[in-house]
Amino acid sequence: MKKKASSRQISEFMWGWIFILPTMIGLIVLNIYPMLDTIKQSFYKTGDFGKGNVFVGLANYRKVMGDSEVWQALWNTVKYAIVEVPFSLVIALLLAVLLNKKMRGRDAFRTIFFLPMVVAPAAIAMVWKWLYNSNFGLINNVFNIKVNWISDPDIAIYSIALIGIWSVIGYNMVLFLAGLQEVPRDYYEAASLDGANGWQQFINITVPLISPTIFFVLVTRVIGAMQVFDLIYMMIDLNNPAWKKTESLVFLFYKYSFQQSKKGYGATVVVVLLVFILLLTVIQLIGQKKWVHYE
Amino acid sequence: MKKIISKILIYIILVFVSITMLVPFVWMFLTAFKTVSETMQIDPFVIVPKVWQTQNFGNVVRAMDFVKLYANTLSMVALRILFAVLTATLSGYAFARLEFKGKNLMFALVLLQMMIPVQIFIIPQYVMVSKLHMTNTVAGLVFPGIVTAFGTFLLRQAYMQLPRDLEEAARLDGCNIPQTFLFIMTPLTKSSMVALGIFTAVFAYKDLMWPMIVCPDNRATTLASALAKMNGQYQQKYPELMMAALISCLPMIILYIFFQKQFIEGIATSGGKL
Repeated sequence: MKKKASSRQISEFMWGWIFILPTMIGLIVLNIYPMLDTIKQSFYKTGDFGKGNVFVGLANYRKVMGDSEVWQALWNTVKYAIVEVPFSLVIALLLAVLLNKKMRGRDAFRTIFFLPMVVAPAAIAMVWKWLYNSNFGLINNVFNIKVNWISDPDIAIYSIALIGIWSVIGYNMVLFLAGLQEVPRDYYEAASLDGANGWQQFINITVPLISPTIFFVLVTRVIGAMQVFDLIYMMIDLNNPAWKKTESLVFLFYKYSFQQSKKGYGATVVVVLLVFILLLTVIQLIGQKKWVHYE
Repeated sequence: MKKIISKILIYIILVFVSITMLVPFVWMFLTAFKTVSETMQIDPFVIVPKVWQTQNFGNVVRAMDFVKLYANTLSMVALRILFAVLTATLSGYAFARLEFKGKNLMFALVLLQMMIPVQIFIIPQYVMVSKLHMTNTVAGLVFPGIVTAFGTFLLRQAYMQLPRDLEEAARLDGCNIPQTFLFIMTPLTKSSMVALGIFTAVFAYKDLMWPMIVCPDNRATTLASALAKMNGQYQQKYPELMMAALISCLPMIILYIFFQKQFIEGIATSGGKL
């Protein structure tokens, strides 16, 4: 009996490793090694004209600390996230509550709200650039206004955040709908017997009960928003006066690493981004104890 | 009475949001068939093109060789789905159902990859692709997608939910591990495999930075990255830009309308990775 168990163990060991081997080799070559290599490169200055890279210690990091373009890009990214994340969360949650009942057209609404998720951001950005056009765009002409949505440095980043909200509402809503399925119906019945109106029920029952879902969507959306690139890259060309006020950190990473071939400095920017995202995630993990209720 | 009013109010809100979601797509469609001068006219503002400029389609397809762009994008998507589903079912099963030394450490690496922003991998991945002379090839496009930490995690969840008895029964009937995996367990995870396939397809089709970096040539690149190029070159020629955007997203939208349930599930399980 004992011998049989051990032959089973041997076979599980062998097959286990055979099964995970392709994935693990791939992950190590394509992700783990590149991650370490990027961190390493952030301590090097990229050599010019085929010369080798030069170890410069913390020089890149000191340069980042004093680089006003990096700070501006970080600030732009934060501004984008501060608008995109809360608005897309709140609107999506309200829509999910409205759709969380048997009603005519429920699936049609869900399908429509989710539609931007299956379209490439490159295409979405092109369409919005046209909608935002100062002279001939649909928005300015329908509302008879004259706003330079994407060339006014003061508002361009918020115009882009608006597209971000528009793109992601349906996605957040689907996640919230899944969370709402778990909330028992009788909670609401009891509350309405006690005379609670719809809004009170929303604040006192719905929000606390799906707070784990809200927390999950919040954390993942913050991470996503901090990596914004496609929309900004498509909307803003280098002639745009709002260019400096819209560049995000990932945009800067792309520019340094692949347009200017300063891979060492690009690597430093992306490591800074990683640290910043980790920091935000840790803060949220600590903060959740105050408002997230697990059963 | 109060109930009816609130119901009407809810429908008004939902219809309003629907219009907001659809108007950009409708505007893209209408603009794609206009003349340039129609798009630059504000008094009166042209909403529907007077004559539908169907030749815009031919002009755009010839200018950017959309046939080739489609072929590139489709090959990339198909190969990534194949690799992702293949490697993730194997590793997902092992992590869910087999006990072996080193498993926890390896799974920690899977989780680590999932938590880290993808940009941190891109410079070394690009260096590898260019050393392997795979720039401007489909192989270069597929390269970072041949394995998937997220897919491994997703399939692991799927296998974990299957009942233990099934495996026991298979074992008593004399199935070895590969047979149990292939004939008993894997057919039951079909819906997760479909979800992973859809997620992989949508993710690859939407991605902009990687194809821009590894396939800068017009004829070697993907739809998304070609749009970025046109965006820079065409400036004010909005009918052709909108036609290009329409050509690039229409097939995905049609697929989505037919398989909306699978699409929504596939993307929603991704946990914010998209």
